[in-house]
Amino acid sequence: MEPSFAMETLETRSPDETLAFGRSFAERLGVGDCVAMIGGLGAGKTVLVRGIAEGLGLDDTRLVSSPTYVLVQEYPGASPIFHLDLYRMGDPRAELADLGLEEMLEEGVTLIEWADRATDALPHNRWEIAIEITAESSRRFTVTRLE
Amino acid sequence: MTEPAYILGIESSCDETACGIVADGTDVLSNCVASQIELHRRFGGVVPELASRAHIEAINNIVASAMEQTAIAPEKISAVAIANEPGLIGSLLIGLMAAKTIAWIWDVPLVAVNHVYAHAYAAALDAGPIDYPAAALICSGGHTALYRCDSPMDMTLLGGTIDDAAGEAFDKVAKILQLGYPGGPVIDRVSRDGDPKLIDFPRSLLGGGSLDFSFSGLKTAVLYHVNGVPGPRPTRGGRKPGPSARRASMQSNAGRGIENFTPREVADVAAGFQAAVVDTLRIKLRRAAEKTGAKTLVIGGGVAANSALRKAVTELGDKLGCEVRMPEMAYCVDNAVMTAGLGYHYLQAGKTADLNLAACPTVRR
Repeated sequence: MEPSFAMETLETRSPDETLAFGRSFAERLGVGDCVAMIGGLGAGKTVLVRGIAEGLGLDDTRLVSSPTYVLVQEYPGASPIFHLDLYRMGDPRAELADLGLEEMLEEGVTLIEWADRATDALPHNRWEIAIEITAESSRRFTVTRLE
Repeated sequence: MTEPAYILGIESSCDETACGIVADGTDVLSNCVASQIELHRRFGGVVPELASRAHIEAINNIVASAMEQTAIAPEKISAVAIANEPGLIGSLLIGLMAAKTIAWIWDVPLVAVNHVYAHAYAAALDAGPIDYPAAALICSGGHTALYRCDSPMDMTLLGGTIDDAAGEAFDKVAKILQLGYPGGPVIDRVSRDGDPKLIDFPRSLLGGGSLDFSFSGLKTAVLYHVNGVPGPRPTRGGRKPGPSARRASMQSNAGRGIENFTPREVADVAAGFQAAVVDTLRIKLRRAAEKTGAKTLVIGGGVAANSALRKAVTELGDKLGCEVRMPEMAYCVDNAVMTAGLGYHYLQAGKTADLNLAACPTVRR
């Protein structure tokens, strides 16, 4: 089956604008949604997650930090927010199953950094956000809805 | 004379399987650590699935080694201390199951210890009690946090990282500089051949009173310095060059990719990065010490082994008139003697756990 998708792009000129984009993007999200983030070191994935988490009702956005070492963090939003990072996973498909991705998808919103390391292990229905560094403080976000 | 209290500690929160025995909270009798660094080196980091399996393979031998090295009979052990939080859940569970089993078989109390608190206690090992109140800076691959400590068990979180941990920044910058894993020791070594003042990397202080940390921007600044800043070049007579362009002007190969950097240029980048991390940690520790009226400055965690940080904290202690307590090198990395040492205090306070004790992977803020 051909995937159906809608694509849009947006450029931000500062981390603050990225946070604002995250907050507004969060309005589209609800329980069961998965957002796969794709972008290299320094692209701003964690900043985007902070904005999205704030938009999802997280009060203390200082809680949002890189899950590279801990693999998954949970934040209290209107519904639970799960923040994952595939950067260090040797076998992401097995790791994600071990960590309980299925349950996370049922219970809350799941935000995944370095998602390009295991797109086959992610739910078929998902948002994908690719981030490119376009200038020192500028980032281009390409948002795709996969269904 | 009463017999000392011998505590057997177990630690498996990340990529080290460790067991150690400590008498009366400070005297280390054995310290056995099975490191998985070699296992994870080719992946450039910890691979949790492998980590859990390696813990299972290592745990029995490590406990046996720790016992053999002391020649203390099992019936002399007063309690089993386990780091049950925070960490990787699969890894924590292996140590926790081993600790429960041993405590049950030997019929001794089980004591639950927070792994990060144990890092703040490591400086007492082989040295003696810490004078409280203390300001503690704990930094490792997974943690960067400041605490006010009123006793080994009374810890109040003052601030933590809002993005990358300090040790994580070392690892990721080592990757950018193609220096290998783990990043901390190699950057420390390479930096000795570099000029820490040549490249002025940003110190992110997050506003005047903040005790939180941010290392993500520093990591990105290093990346830009090495690979260049994407986007249009500033035109002649146009806008003033940004900070990345100014930094790049300090090195002839800046922005051309790491393969074009000379060893000396790599050393200058490493030294500049390390200086920025150390400055940030020092400034925040100073703020924490002044805010809490600490008598003692304590550091712990893998980054506490960094020679530049140890020097900076020593100088800070002199300046503030605070005693400085730093763990011996062997007690900076993850180990179980810090668990056993801290566990002693819980046992003394009657704070024991039961065999239903759960593992708690996340840091509570």
